[in-house]
Amino acid sequence: MSYQQPKFRHPSLPVNDLGYTRADYEGAISTLCAGCGHDSISGSIVRACHELSLEPHKIAKLSGIGCSSKSPTYFLGKSHGFNSVHGRMPSVVTGAAMANRDLLYLGVSGDGDTASIGMGQFAHAIRRNLNMVYIVMNNGCYGLTKGQDSATADEGSASKKGDPNPFGAIDLPGLALQLGATFVARSFSGDKEQLVPLIKAAMSHRGFALIDVVSPCVTFNNNSASTKSYEFVREHAEATGTVDFVPMREEITTSYEPGHSQEVTMHDGSVLRLRKMAEDLDPFDRGSAMMALEASRSSGQILTGLIYMDKDSADLHEVLNTSRRPLNTLAEEDLCPGDKVLQNINQSLR
Amino acid sequence: MTHLWHVYCNVWDGLSAQELSNTVEPTDVKNPEYFHKVVDCQYACPAHTPVPEYIRLIAAQRYTDAYMINWESNVFPGVLGRTCDRPCEPACRRGRVEEEPVAICRLKRVAADNKDSIADRLPSIPTEKNGKRIALIGAGPASLTVARDLMPLGYSIDIFDNQFAGGGMMRSQIPSFRLPISVLDEEVNYILDMGVVTTFDTEITSLKSVLDQGYDAVFVGTGAPRGKLLNLPGLEEAGDSVHVGIEWLSSVAFEHVEKIGKKVLVLGGGNTAMDCCRTSRRLGGEDVRVVVRSPFADMKASPWEKEDAMHEGIPIYDNHVPKEIVVEDGVMKGMLFEKVEAHYDEDGKRSLLPTGEDLVFMEADDVLMAIGQENAFPWIERDIGIEFDKWDMPVVDKTTFQSTNEKVFFGGDAAFGPENVITAVAHGHQAAVSIDLFCRGESTQNRPAPFTNLVSQKMGIHEWSYANAVADDERYIVPLAPMDQALKNRMVEVELGFDTDTGFKEAERCLNCDVQTVFEESRCIECDACVDICPTDCITFTENGEEEELRTRLSAPARNLEQDLYVSETLPTGRVMVKDEDVCLHCGLCAERCPTTAWDMQKFLYNVTKAGQEVA
Ligand SMILES: Cc1cc2nc3c(=O)[nH]c(=O)nc-3n(C[C@H](O)[C@H](O)[C@H](O)COP(=O)(O)OP(=O)(O)OC[C@H]3O[C@@H](n4cnc5c(N)ncnc54)[C@H](O)[C@@H]3O)c2cc1C
Ligand SMILES: Cc1ncc(C[n+]2csc(CCOP(=O)(O)OP(=O)(O)O)c2C)c(N)n1
Ligand code: SF4
Ligand code: SF4
Ligand code: SF4
Ligand SMILES: [Mg+2]
Repeated sequence: MSYQQPKFRHPSLPVNDLGYTRADYEGAISTLCAGCGHDSISGSIVRACHELSLEPHKIAKLSGIGCSSKSPTYFLGKSHGFNSVHGRMPSVVTGAAMANRDLLYLGVSGDGDTASIGMGQFAHAIRRNLNMVYIVMNNGCYGLTKGQDSATADEGSASKKGDPNPFGAIDLPGLALQLGATFVARSFSGDKEQLVPLIKAAMSHRGFALIDVVSPCVTFNNNSASTKSYEFVREHAEATGTVDFVPMREEITTSYEPGHSQEVTMHDGSVLRLRKMAEDLDPFDRGSAMMALEASRSSGQILTGLIYMDKDSADLHEVLNTSRRPLNTLAEEDLCPGDKVLQNINQSLR
Repeated sequence: MTHLWHVYCNVWDGLSAQELSNTVEPTDVKNPEYFHKVVDCQYACPAHTPVPEYIRLIAAQRYTDAYMINWESNVFPGVLGRTCDRPCEPACRRGRVEEEPVAICRLKRVAADNKDSIADRLPSIPTEKNGKRIALIGAGPASLTVARDLMPLGYSIDIFDNQFAGGGMMRSQIPSFRLPISVLDEEVNYILDMGVVTTFDTEITSLKSVLDQGYDAVFVGTGAPRGKLLNLPGLEEAGDSVHVGIEWLSSVAFEHVEKIGKKVLVLGGGNTAMDCCRTSRRLGGEDVRVVVRSPFADMKASPWEKEDAMHEGIPIYDNHVPKEIVVEDGVMKGMLFEKVEAHYDEDGKRSLLPTGEDLVFMEADDVLMAIGQENAFPWIERDIGIEFDKWDMPVVDKTTFQSTNEKVFFGGDAAFGPENVITAVAHGHQAAVSIDLFCRGESTQNRPAPFTNLVSQKMGIHEWSYANAVADDERYIVPLAPMDQALKNRMVEVELGFDTDTGFKEAERCLNCDVQTVFEESRCIECDACVDICPTDCITFTENGEEEELRTRLSAPARNLEQDLYVSETLPTGRVMVKDEDVCLHCGLCAERCPTTAWDMQKFLYNVTKAGQEVA
């Protein structure tokens, strides 16, 4: 049995702008079941962070409880981490983000952690447009507690030992759109080509970015009657189009025929290039996005790709006009500016 | 809206339909050569010794078993564990993931040093002979290997050599401080004691006369016994202060020469030069220098031989071309050299151009010329059906080792020029196969297939019957005898060998490249788990394509063209699994992570065809 990965890596692993290889973004060896979709998502996160040349110590990964919420141990071993209580990750991120806006907040949750116990927290994080990436590793079950149906299990879907689910599913992207989320995407753990650019885009987005990633639970919910199995998802996934992410530093060289592609400059200067987009979807229009989601769902398909993005999103810091500097860098004179300032404030309130 | 699996167009975009039709064929892992090639060391070994198999036995302290595996394939484990040219080590995969390969050669010595008696494991020799008589000319490793393979089959074998004992150049050339005579005697005697009839101290001067004695086949294993002299001004006048390296070494080995002058110049950059200079240091040479025409890096000597020489205080002067031997009043004073610089043209062809500096004079009491060896067959008549080519070398078939006279076979240095012991052994095995086929009236071309076997190593869910964890340790260094003692006596062995503890640790560095990753496409659900876990990015699921192009879009670029891609049949998503064998650690993590056991770790055993094996 292997408890750790060998230290050797491919000798020609690419090095990013910081001089790091992908190995520098890895974490401990996973203890999840062999073949769990969550591990693939971890792999995509590692790839995205490496390719974006993010400094590991500038990232905080936060999670709740579940197999999915365990996964931050298995990536970004040199970043900050907080494994919180079941369903409470959003409030911990809120506190952390308010205290230090310089970190990139990566929340990792499960469908149980988000759509059941954590639903309230999820809703309010969206409503406030908290500046974070929120990844749901969605397997339609409570994997950690042995595979009970979750609130995202489709009606009629049955897990390995279970009966067909009598309830309708909560569609997290649909819900998020309705709650006013400013970046909404869905992907599949088994499709890194799609997922990695989406993670990069979400990380560049200012405000709340949800990626709902269908992530099969090989142990409890990868059977033929399940709609969250590898096979079912492969057969029923359709994409809104292809997203390429071009970081700010890179020159855009390829040109595409007009009409086929569309380019969006993110607030940090990087560019999202949308190619082969479905004709009936305008991903910058919330109504169009909702219609597309519904159309796809009612035809029994799973819509993946970038679903909606608000290019002009203003995040919670802007709305609240919070301190530009992390609180831990504020000295006594900043925090207690003295009697004179107090007098001025009082004066202004008279 | 587009179907997800068609959105992979990213990679398809740039490809024309023509290119798409040229895809890599699925790998046929049933072809024994496929996995054979993955076992880098074994593949590189001329005799194809199953290296990882014996290394695991060393780790398990089963030294005698490890020795016998070696003995079967390379016949002289004790000798080779000290002196092999080790083509396996530059090939070792470990050298591609870190600095140094596994010390394969020195592990072989651990097996030899720590084994128990092998008397009861030696093949039994039929008392009733098969009636076929074979003559072996020369008693070097090539001939001895032929004897070893044919004696157990009932052949009657006569061996002839002009030296007083068997072993060939292993006895006359390889110095005792690298190879103790007791080790050589032991391994030569395992073979001679099988009942080989020896005729030593006898020069064969006519092949015809040997053939006339009615042998069913004759094997020529006479090596490349002729040394060369550089014809420089002053050579004649210098008289016996100038020696031919290999002649001088055998005179030392046979105790005709016991000392040398204080100042010695050794000309040449090969291993013979290294043995000459180190021997000189032991026979009284104080200022011993190696002088070589080429740049240091281009020298033919193995890196470790150069290191050993320099370690013994012998400087190597490179880029010095010998010009003249300086003799005054009938006494050699030294030599003059011209300094040169290496220039390489576009094709990498080297020319040595004089730097224009003054000639360099170096003092010398003795000069040893170690500038190469040649074959010489004055004793083979040219009218007995053996064709010779324009270089006056016999025409020998590269597979069967048969000459144009069907009864006469060649092997070792005599076949294609000077090589090394392990190559001589490999030739000997194949010549024995041919001689046996020939004597049974079968075609020597129709050779039995190698023996192969592939067995799962799975013991439990995440348990394997081999140590799959990859040790981080760097290569261990072999301890040496104290230099003052070593230099005092040429019989003192310099290398002490690994003790068993270090042997274990070094053995654990082996990556078990014979434990193959075997992929069963029908089981794969394309979950990517293997791709994610693989520490060295070997595995990719992608569209098939032309190999050259496919190699560029794998998880990590597959730039080592000597290493194959393992490509599956097309999977349900239309993609194929591509595994670049290059830096696979054989750690088994892919198989541990695979939820469906589409990957399995299976041990592949490959034994080269041996004499006596039936044609399938
Ligand atoms: C100085 C030196 C050091 C070397 N060190 C190494 C080393 O460390 N490792 C290594 O792998 N290889 C080494 N080699 C090379 C290695 O010794 C040879 O490649 C190998 O021994 C060749 O084996 P063989 O069986 O072809 O012939 P040989 O070993 O050359 O044996 C041929 C035998 O035939 C005898 N013979 C020749 N002609 C006749 C005749 N007409 N009648 C009767 N007998 C005859 C010769 O005297 C000799 O005993 C070294 C070579 C030299 C010169
Ligand atoms: C407050 C609280 N209630 C219940 C649990 C039990 N529990 C642990 S994990 C889990 C569900 C996890 O499901 P999900 O978030 O989908 O994660 P998965 O394991 O499927 O990845 C539950 C209910 C708990 N740990 N804490
Ligand atoms: S139980 Fe399911 S979700 Fe949890 S690790 Fe195993 S496969 Fe993954
Ligand atoms: S054995 Fe498997 S996981 Fe390990 S290096 Fe080789 S391909 Fe990768
Ligand atoms: S882990 Fe197994 S099932 Fe998954 S992709 Fe690899 S071989 Fe296929
Ligand atoms: Mg879940």
